[in-house]
Amino acid sequence: MLKLKAARTLPARASALGWRMLDPRSCWSLRVDLVAAAGPMSAADLPLAIDVCRAATRGDWSALWLGPDEQLLVGLDSAHAQLAPRLAAALDGVAHSIVDVSHRQAAIELSGPGATRLLAMGCPLDFDLRSAPVGFCTRTVYAKAEVVLWRQDTQRFQLQAWRSFLPYVTGLLALGSQELTAGI
Amino acid sequence: MSGDCRSARGGGDLQRSQPLRFEFDGRSYQGLQGDTLASALLANGVHLIGRSFKYHRPRGIMAAGPEDPNALVTIRRDAARSTPNLNATQVELYDGLVAYSQNRWPSLRFDTARINDLLSRFIPSGFYYKTFMWPRKAWHSLYEPRIRAAAGLGVASTEADPDLYAQCYGHCELLIVGAGPAGIAAALTAAASGARVMLCDEQALPGGSLRTGTSARIGGQDAADWLRESVQKLTAAPNVTLLTRTTAFGYLPHNMVALSERLSDHLATPPPGKPRERLWQVCARQVILATGAIERPLVFPGNDRPGVMLAGAARSFLNRYGVLPGARVVVLTAHDDAYQTAIDLKAAGVQIAALADMRTDPAGPHVEAARSAGIAVRTGTTAVGTRGNLRVTAVGLAGLDSNGAVAGAADWVKCDALLMSGGYTPSVHLHSQARGKLRWDEATHAFVPGAAAAGCRSVGACNGLIGAELVRVFEQATAAAADALRECGIHDQPGAIAISKELAVSEDRGASGGWIGALPQPAGAKAGKAFVDWQNDVTAADLKLAVREGFRSIEHIKRYTTTGMATDQGKTSNLNALAIAAQQLGRAIPEVGLTTFRLPYLPVGFGGLAGYARGDFFAPVRKTPMYDWAADRGAVFEPVAMWQRARYFPERGEDMHQAVARECAAVRRSCGLFDASTLGKIEVAGPDAIEFMNRMYVNNWSSLAVGRCRYGILLRDDGFVYDDGVVARLSDDRLHVTTTTGGAPRVLGMMEDYLQTEWPHLKVWLTSTTEQWAVIAVQGPQARAVLEPLVEQADLSAAALPHMAMTRGLVCGVPAMIFRVSFTGELGYEINVPADYGAEVWRAIWASGQAHGMCTYGTEAMHVLRAEKGYIIVGQDTDGTMTPDDAGVSWAVGKNKPEFVGMVSLRKPALQDPRRKQLVGLLTVDPAHVLEEGSQIAAEPGQRPPMRLIGHVTSSYYSSVLGRSIALAVVSAGRSRLGQTLYVPTAHGESTVTVTQPVFYDPKGERLNA
Amino acid sequence: MLIIPCPYCGPRPELEFSYGGQAHVTRPTAASNPSPAEWNAFQYERANLKGLHAERWRHIHGCARFFNVVRDTTTDEILRSYRSGEK
Ligand SMILES: [Zn+2]
Repeated sequence: MLKLKAARTLPARASALGWRMLDPRSCWSLRVDLVAAAGPMSAADLPLAIDVCRAATRGDWSALWLGPDEQLLVGLDSAHAQLAPRLAAALDGVAHSIVDVSHRQAAIELSGPGATRLLAMGCPLDFDLRSAPVGFCTRTVYAKAEVVLWRQDTQRFQLQAWRSFLPYVTGLLALGSQELTAGI
Repeated sequence: MSGDCRSARGGGDLQRSQPLRFEFDGRSYQGLQGDTLASALLANGVHLIGRSFKYHRPRGIMAAGPEDPNALVTIRRDAARSTPNLNATQVELYDGLVAYSQNRWPSLRFDTARINDLLSRFIPSGFYYKTFMWPRKAWHSLYEPRIRAAAGLGVASTEADPDLYAQCYGHCELLIVGAGPAGIAAALTAAASGARVMLCDEQALPGGSLRTGTSARIGGQDAADWLRESVQKLTAAPNVTLLTRTTAFGYLPHNMVALSERLSDHLATPPPGKPRERLWQVCARQVILATGAIERPLVFPGNDRPGVMLAGAARSFLNRYGVLPGARVVVLTAHDDAYQTAIDLKAAGVQIAALADMRTDPAGPHVEAARSAGIAVRTGTTAVGTRGNLRVTAVGLAGLDSNGAVAGAADWVKCDALLMSGGYTPSVHLHSQARGKLRWDEATHAFVPGAAAAGCRSVGACNGLIGAELVRVFEQATAAAADALRECGIHDQPGAIAISKELAVSEDRGASGGWIGALPQPAGAKAGKAFVDWQNDVTAADLKLAVREGFRSIEHIKRYTTTGMATDQGKTSNLNALAIAAQQLGRAIPEVGLTTFRLPYLPVGFGGLAGYARGDFFAPVRKTPMYDWAADRGAVFEPVAMWQRARYFPERGEDMHQAVARECAAVRRSCGLFDASTLGKIEVAGPDAIEFMNRMYVNNWSSLAVGRCRYGILLRDDGFVYDDGVVARLSDDRLHVTTTTGGAPRVLGMMEDYLQTEWPHLKVWLTSTTEQWAVIAVQGPQARAVLEPLVEQADLSAAALPHMAMTRGLVCGVPAMIFRVSFTGELGYEINVPADYGAEVWRAIWASGQAHGMCTYGTEAMHVLRAEKGYIIVGQDTDGTMTPDDAGVSWAVGKNKPEFVGMVSLRKPALQDPRRKQLVGLLTVDPAHVLEEGSQIAAEPGQRPPMRLIGHVTSSYYSSVLGRSIALAVVSAGRSRLGQTLYVPTAHGESTVTVTQPVFYDPKGERLNA
Repeated sequence: MLIIPCPYCGPRPELEFSYGGQAHVTRPTAASNPSPAEWNAFQYERANLKGLHAERWRHIHGCARFFNVVRDTTTDEILRSYRSGEK
């Protein structure tokens, strides 16, 4: 029986001034009533982001608030297999939907003094710390691609895009790196 | 005068130690760093810059800023970098700049089309509409090309634009447009508060009217020193972004202002990789407009000769660029401001041959200053004409009587420049674009901002402070900045008071006066043309003619005469045109009203607007995980929605038809491999998943067992087919819904709409998994044999996994969903593996298939294979007006359902009419003839137009397995016509066809169930 | 560009939203057996108001929720926004 090597193949693997592609992670779309889920998730030592457009982290897993009943759970690829059973046990009896989207999207890290400049090329949001503090996360747009954005530090962002949009997004970021180099 | 017209005085924008070479119309000149092309040409005594649009009259530089209507030039760096219609006053000089004049042939000095001027009484306003009406056909073949060739603006390069254009969003509490005294004062106030401030100015250097030259002292120092210190302060402030060479050209809703920043056009050698421009889309909480005012020309005969210039422009050229407009000038004015020009020029050694003021009794500090400078002022004086050919040589001045009528004969005064001023028009463009109202101010003869859009304030000259003392401008600007900040919730403004002290102004002379409309002329005189709109060659007489011919609305008069059109959008002409029209109409100016101000304020290049969105970045190009494999094998791709899909895989010089025939044959004979990853996939999960699907789709999902699939149809509420796809039940509360490739986003959107707004109580959630899964279709009699060696923990046998069943298992060790489905009519599987593994699994299946004669096939073969089976493609065989019954799939509609989307509409009698178009098959009598898709169908042969047509061909292919052509069509009452002969008119005669069932191959489905 | 106040996420740029037409159009259920006139009104009749207009928007590239907005169609001023099902 032919077995593939375990490595996942991302559609783009690039980096330039101010950004780099991250290794594949485990991603899950959790849809659930937050009030009903808060207790069980906490008891199971899993994160749930209660505040609008903010991320919450617990252990190896982070939960990103994307909508009033929508959380994106992000963790290490190595922990992928254990999440579904943990969630199923935690949310037993609570109506919910959990869908594996680990291969649907991949993440880019933007960091350094040029990070907000690279973002402003394509994203119409205001990255002033007063409106987008550390922990801010949201779905938004980057030029003509939909992305999920997560501010992990003052100058460090994670940008997730669906895999077929990644070459477009990284291509634009590469142009942005050129602009940073040219000093405009 | 020619040669060196550079003065030792003035020249505040120059770096005199840095000479630059440049070329104009093939001749080499020298300029200085800091020059514009206009100032450098004037410094070389070159006043003739272009030819006018209609009459090809010689034209010079009239203004010093972007409002100039005449000096349009082409700047050429190379064949691809050739930019037409740039204003010479806006082009910054660099070493080696190459410029050409426009709209002249064969040369600027001798232009054969000048004959238009002599024939001008035959080309009055509206001449396009009047002359070229008949014969109609000649418009396209003769008139339009000739007009276009003769009416010349510049010629754009035909090569692709090689430059980069950047884009970015900006955010600030306060955006200030215009870095003149008002804008700078507002910015200093706001900077001290710590708020984010953006200040932009279209010039290379900030300062606005302060650069033109003022006698005022600010905070106890020269205006120039104060300006330099203020700009230093603003540049040093971390919360202030100062953008020069940046034009605010559009004011959009909710205080989004579009800025065009020119990054490298001023550089002799732009560094590689540096964008040419950057488009800013600034979302500002508050906006302050400090856009200044534009000087109005005076309308009198011969006012367009080279050497006739706005008085303020002449002062700008002197004080900014050290350029003298002439050696002996006449100043003609109705406003105090021109006096300062006369004083400054005289100080620079220019002879003031006359200072003519239309006012009978001008008074005040300006007049006194001019007189004490030894300048003779002629009051109550107008101009009745000019002389000269390529340059003005004399102006005819005449006195005005107490009624303002011309009295006495003209006194011809020799001059080589005529400087005119009718006062200033506030630049209310952005205020108006923001949907602010305008108010007519009788005192200044100007439209000034009235009620403004929320968060928008105008200050300084653009707010009607024309010629006002600077201290009033500063008061207004700092107050507006403080108000704007308070609206942002910033009440702690430490800098405000100190700044107003700092701005204390002395030795300032306010200025007043003004004139709009045509100047009085001697009764019955046959004078020359008095231009209102230089750029479009519109005269006072043209406007009067338009009114005589019955035009009443200023918007109509504008379009009929073309006044205020083209690149300058009437910046210098609109108010004069309005005044002349109003007078002719016998109505007051505010009653006639202004034409609408539209963006862009100034022309913006297409490159700047497109930004990154060109070439590879025009739109995302979506590729599946197997794209590279297909590309390596020479696949020809086609765009489907945003995806690139392999259309066919040609081998050894095959054309598409040969490749498709081979691919189809392989699928029918052994098996084929197909990338179906682009199909939309939606996971419908939750306790109410089945109930939700029952309400959305026409089918009955309650009876679908876990592990089974069903063909689903989605209608809109109008009862017409919207999408289709296979739906699998993964568990009690989870469905895997597939959609068409193009339909994926809109189907999900429609489902969310009904779920969120019609049935919000349903406990079900929708998640797109389109990109989670790579989908590999293995289709053909050998499909099972190809796959079995790669599959673990799943039984692919017909008994365990019949047609329309699904299971989970490992494929090549990768967790997979295996669907036994077929869009070809053959035994088939669609293997879903997580996308990051797609390419490797694909390669493994491909390797396994080699022993079985497997071939890859593309979307074209897929289309043929499904058409042979009569499977419809939504959007090809349906067109948004077809019910399930029309499409021949009414069997899918669940019986006795209480509700589904489109159900009510299907009850309409019109949607049950037996004469509706129904899907059928067509076979041509000539088996080799492949009908054209979209062909119309007639019941009776040999009709002449207008024909009675009963349907059209939706799909048509040559089927190699059947050895003949096949077609799907929608035909009125089609299913009652089986066996009938119909006729398809084509470009090469009529094709005779027979109506059949829409299934051409294996109608019993034996191969499918193998 | 409109700045649209999403009732869930707060003010956000228009680029993140999609328009959803007039708000508060009631969809008759099939079970209520609507008359042709009722059904046509639901399907096709819209007010096309000049002035204050209640309309649906979806924060499609944000929280993905549908909600309602009252906008002045003559000035683009947005007076308020509220969740679906609220008035
Ligand atoms: Zn939202």
